[in-house]
Amino acid sequence: MARRLPPVDVVLVGFGWTASIIAQELTDAGVQVLALERGAWRDTVPDFATDHIQDELRYAVRKQIFESPERETMTFRNNTSQTALPMRHLGSFLPAAGVGGAGVHWNGQCWRFLPQDFVIRTHTEQRYGKGFIPADMNLQDWGVTYEELEPHYDRFEYLCGVSGQAGNVGGQLVAGGNPFEGARARGYPLPPLERCASTVLFDKAAREVGFKPFPCPAANASRPYRNPLGVQMGQCTYCGYCEWFGCGNYSKASPQTTILPVLLKKDNFRFKTHCAVTRVNTDNTGKRATGVTYVDVDGNEWEQPAQMVVLCAFAHHNVHLLLVSKIGQPYDPVSNTGVVGRNYAYQITSSVDVFQKERLNPFMGAGALGQAVDEFNGDNFDHGPQGFVGGGYIALWNTGGRPILQHYLPEKAPKWGAGWKKAMHENYLTACSIATHGSVMSYRSSYLDLDPTWRDAYGNPLLRLTFDFQPNELKMSGFLTDKAAQIGRAIPGATVHEKKRGGPYSIVPYQTTHNTGGAVMGNDPKTSVVNRYLQSWDVPNLWVMGSSVFPQNAGYNPTGTVGALTYWSAAAMKRYLKNPGPLVTT
Amino acid sequence: MNHDPARRDFLRLVGVAVPASMLLCACGGHDTGSAARGVRSTAYFESGEMDFIRAATARLIPEDALGPGADKAGVPAFIDLQLAGPYGRAERWYMQGPWPSGTDSQGYQLRYTPAQIYRQAIAGIDKHCRAKYQQSFAGLKTDQQDEVLHALEGGKVDLGDLPSKTFFNLLWQNTQEGFLADPAYGGNRDFAGWKLIGFPGPRYNYVREIGEYGKPYGQPYVSLIGRVPGEALTHAGGAA
Repeated sequence: MARRLPPVDVVLVGFGWTASIIAQELTDAGVQVLALERGAWRDTVPDFATDHIQDELRYAVRKQIFESPERETMTFRNNTSQTALPMRHLGSFLPAAGVGGAGVHWNGQCWRFLPQDFVIRTHTEQRYGKGFIPADMNLQDWGVTYEELEPHYDRFEYLCGVSGQAGNVGGQLVAGGNPFEGARARGYPLPPLERCASTVLFDKAAREVGFKPFPCPAANASRPYRNPLGVQMGQCTYCGYCEWFGCGNYSKASPQTTILPVLLKKDNFRFKTHCAVTRVNTDNTGKRATGVTYVDVDGNEWEQPAQMVVLCAFAHHNVHLLLVSKIGQPYDPVSNTGVVGRNYAYQITSSVDVFQKERLNPFMGAGALGQAVDEFNGDNFDHGPQGFVGGGYIALWNTGGRPILQHYLPEKAPKWGAGWKKAMHENYLTACSIATHGSVMSYRSSYLDLDPTWRDAYGNPLLRLTFDFQPNELKMSGFLTDKAAQIGRAIPGATVHEKKRGGPYSIVPYQTTHNTGGAVMGNDPKTSVVNRYLQSWDVPNLWVMGSSVFPQNAGYNPTGTVGALTYWSAAAMKRYLKNPGPLVTT
Repeated sequence: MNHDPARRDFLRLVGVAVPASMLLCACGGHDTGSAARGVRSTAYFESGEMDFIRAATARLIPEDALGPGADKAGVPAFIDLQLAGPYGRAERWYMQGPWPSGTDSQGYQLRYTPAQIYRQAIAGIDKHCRAKYQQSFAGLKTDQQDEVLHALEGGKVDLGDLPSKTFFNLLWQNTQEGFLADPAYGGNRDFAGWKLIGFPGPRYNYVREIGEYGKPYGQPYVSLIGRVPGEALTHAGGAA
């Protein structure tokens, strides 16, 4: 039997990016906030110190910085004719556990989505007609517009000290930036990162082909930076250990390097680690959350009453909690009704490896050091002749040259033996790779529900993922990959290896941790779990953060949009606290 | 007690409690007779198993004009230590049954830990080699060893309920890890792997050099445990 604790005003499930922002905003509003984190406490010193964090084997290969599937995992199948089986170790995506969440191990690739991305159904129907959208594609508008989110994107970018080159300030195009981006109120807080040898090659080749390359927005500080909360960040040293590592240099934006030094000093904020929330509790009407139940490190169960509950865990964990707590109607793919678990989406990536002769020193890199072109993202091009919805960016990122996982070998190089050794010797310093990063739309057949067989360490059924790449995405990704190869071939003396993404989707090789959906936002409770402010339609004192609210996925890394939506929601929560109740009536 | 900071770091990084006698042996060089003194020289492998690992990894990454191969680089000791630790025991994997088999896209579904995979596979491979060549794998000529490795890679060797391709992929993955991971883990000895490709090690600051396009990076190789961990770790000698 769970022991009951004294109530708090607001309890946050998880203590990563979204929880840190919500905690900072709501404690400013004067309420008491408690965050419950299932993982450990971690901070720049000692956990990410450079005398041990630059360890590819321990963190990137053995995955010690991520969540451990041993206690909680999910089951997976490509379609409903298969039996879903447990993901026994991590592969395709890498959620975090521990304070800071994935904000500790991300690369810092901090984008805004395009204005059309937020109104994609309306926009697509207007430009191409209703018949252009495949019948099984659950394409829907977000219920919030880019213009509404702009000030919140701005806040997140200034919190993080994003380094970049604006392409559109107040509607005026700025040379050197992304000409396709939505209008921004002002430029980035910091100038772009230095370019490295491979991004210079990409930039030149992309221009030759006729594209407009620009430096990718990077939450890796190009200069020393003091953010609006007064927290100081250090200049990035291009050590090449961002993604899958914590930053030892206070250069990569994370909750630890941007918010926690201020938040942790507040009397009205507390957090507990090693506390796994297993249920959101509701009263007998089912319309009001009364708090959460969690299990501590010793296996004791506790009930934490709260006036308001905010789900701030990783995308699929938020959905899992809703399902095991029986909040909202679970999605049924047969009747296409219900909402919880509906519209799971992902992203589709591919690459073009480039082999040439110039020395590139790939080990000098940073997580978001890249040069990109955006001609084929969103609806920046005419989709009519292509016959697919969506797009993505093409970029050369030089995140590092870590030897086990970041080396590129020609297609014909032997897989092992003396030939492999020779190919490693000849290509490590000179090869590079161009990435495509494409959107994935939501489909009737892509969803999350509870597994009938396997359970987690707390006795809850595992989450079950049913997902595959659809013809629309495979076609789009192939198109993007061909464009990327065109750039690759324009690099002097280059041989390229096009690595197109084929189906079926596999949970084995790492692709991206940009999992979205399952608790999507919108203006219609029949097709969304939360309203446009991220407040539950069913339980108005319950809120859901993070990419679980994306109705479908866009062609950019999601963290910038997650940050903007969190600030947008926090502003609404402050209104809610003065006058609790649904912010949108149906 | 051991007051060598390099070795203390090594223990911390490897994250496995092994007696000092094993550690010394696992760290380096060639047999100096520890087995004869009755001290077990590996952390996980039995001696016959270590013969297989040394022979097989030496074919996967052979010694040649470009430099040392896997054996001289300490890869066998690396794999031995990894299997003796949390990785070998699959401590972070979800290992709850039932255990039906699935599609390739659903990933690993066997109930074996990495350490168990090696034990079962090596026994099966030696059985296969004795039946086909009247020799254990380690005793075969190098072209025969390559033939067996290709057969494993192609999934053509019977290892019971363990697909031989699964074992080959694991062995090749671990071999690359041992050759290219920080020398702190006992492989990549004397930076053999990093010298082959030109990776200078985990360096902290390239602010000055990042804009010097096309220029070689001239600083010495470093490890998480210092500049010359190979020397610090190998002088005690005594691998299996």
